[in-house]
Amino acid sequence: MSSCFQTLSDYGLRSIGYGERLLPKADITLCEQFVLIGSGMIWNIYFAMLALLFGFFFATVLALGKNSKLFLLNAPCRAFIFIFRGSPLFIQFFFAYDLFVLLPRLGVDIDFGFLVVTVETRWLTKAWLGALIVLFFNTSAYAGEIFYGALRAVPSQDLESADAFGFTGIKKFRRIIWPTMLRLAWPSYTNEAIFMFHATTLVFFTGFPAWQQKGDAIYYASYFADKTFNPFVPYPIVGFYFILLTLIIIGLFGLINRQLNKHLPTNERKRLKINKYNLIR
Amino acid sequence: MFSYCTDPKTLEGLMWLSCYVTTAKHMSFYYSFFVVMGLLSLAAPLAMAFGFAGATAARSSLKIVRAFGKGYLAMIRGIPDIVFFLFIPIALDQAFEYLRHKVLCSDVTEAVRQGNDFVVCAAAKLPLNTASEWVHDIYGFSLALLAFGFVFGAFAGNVLSGAMGAVPKAQIETGEAYGFSSTQIFKRILIPQMWIYALPGLSNLWMILIKATPLLFLLGIEDIVYWAKELGGIKTGVYEYPHPDWRAWYFGVLMIFYLSLTYLSQSVLDKLSTRLSKGQATMAGKEV
Repeated sequence: MSSCFQTLSDYGLRSIGYGERLLPKADITLCEQFVLIGSGMIWNIYFAMLALLFGFFFATVLALGKNSKLFLLNAPCRAFIFIFRGSPLFIQFFFAYDLFVLLPRLGVDIDFGFLVVTVETRWLTKAWLGALIVLFFNTSAYAGEIFYGALRAVPSQDLESADAFGFTGIKKFRRIIWPTMLRLAWPSYTNEAIFMFHATTLVFFTGFPAWQQKGDAIYYASYFADKTFNPFVPYPIVGFYFILLTLIIIGLFGLINRQLNKHLPTNERKRLKINKYNLIR
Repeated sequence: MFSYCTDPKTLEGLMWLSCYVTTAKHMSFYYSFFVVMGLLSLAAPLAMAFGFAGATAARSSLKIVRAFGKGYLAMIRGIPDIVFFLFIPIALDQAFEYLRHKVLCSDVTEAVRQGNDFVVCAAAKLPLNTASEWVHDIYGFSLALLAFGFVFGAFAGNVLSGAMGAVPKAQIETGEAYGFSSTQIFKRILIPQMWIYALPGLSNLWMILIKATPLLFLLGIEDIVYWAKELGGIKTGVYEYPHPDWRAWYFGVLMIFYLSLTYLSQSVLDKLSTRLSKGQATMAGKEV
């Protein structure tokens, strides 16, 4: 047991570069597999959380743009959503990485007053930024389509009441359309969030290299499967971690769902049930 | 391919390009598009079969069968599909070899798992060491196909079980009132009526099946991703057709290929959803 604590301190943060440098090679214990794969989950959570956070706002913009009657707003949003929803994420990673590699190596100094940061185009070829951008665009497109569908499903009476009460422009959107849109979209959006977490497992199988063997959960799982030639231990461990994560997401999104449905009479409130038709992105 | 291609170093412009895109390796690249289409056309019915079995099992009156079916349908929601794509082929491979080892080499007493090695006797190897190249290819492809069938079967099972649940209860009860047996109700009432509810989910499933095909690359199959990487990489002067890093171009071609594949499905779906929102009291309905 004490050796497992030792493993935890050696490999607990290995995926972000702290602790033991060399990965276990021989006599791999169950504890090592659990710890290292768990450490890799840091990357999965990092990618998915940031992509979802930024993607949420961009998706709203895309949905509104796609719903716009102005061709100049409508066409680029449609094209963006189509390109990212219509092609495999796996190919998007490869394509983006190969484009980023071709970029000239430049650095721009940004002065924060207390600290000068050199922003380099080279960062784009690293997973932490390059893959994050691809995931951000991808989830924005999927969520944008979900929000667009919900926007179109906003009951027309709600809009008429808003007009009758003199709501216009941003106020009408903020107070009437947006909350209803979110409420209608929420079950599908929960599903999208779950799939986003699952999609992060693709990152290190594409062009983006895992620098100094700092990879995500499935990177370490496949490392162990290669080393021990036994797939029956590491992959179920990844499965276990992801089931845990999925349950946490459903719990968190369920809380938000309750908040969104608060104003409705109790018999009309929808519980967040992951609808069987919505299962798929 | 063309007669003037014998010495590519002397060629220029379009002549060079026409020779470049018809090399033997490029032919393999084009051929791999058919591999993808083959996978699509085989994986779709296989997934439907798995899904149908799963959905039926999840409705079974036997508790064990029901738990098994529900577990199968539920697992895909929690675990990323890539885990299955990596796990299933190697797990199946080891399972087959283990079984063959037990049957064919029953006289060998040593353990199959020795530390980090998985040792089976030569006769139990799959495919046999003596087998020719194409047997290895077919075997690898079949394992990949089974992985696709299994994963997408779980997706399809969810759609079908949702559709079976959506068939109005009154219909089933009417069947019972007319004295239909449970098999008859299943075959004559439930199945014919569920398709209309399953249609949106299944068309969606078709779209993600298309978008999952490049994962063949992860299974070690020489698919379009493999060839795009191979052909696009920097070719120095030692090669017949030297060129800089063209991978972005090759993956651009793959993007266009997949976009046009999904575009057809998308346009059909859009038409369907416009028809369904006609006359509805929603923003979309008002505009029709």
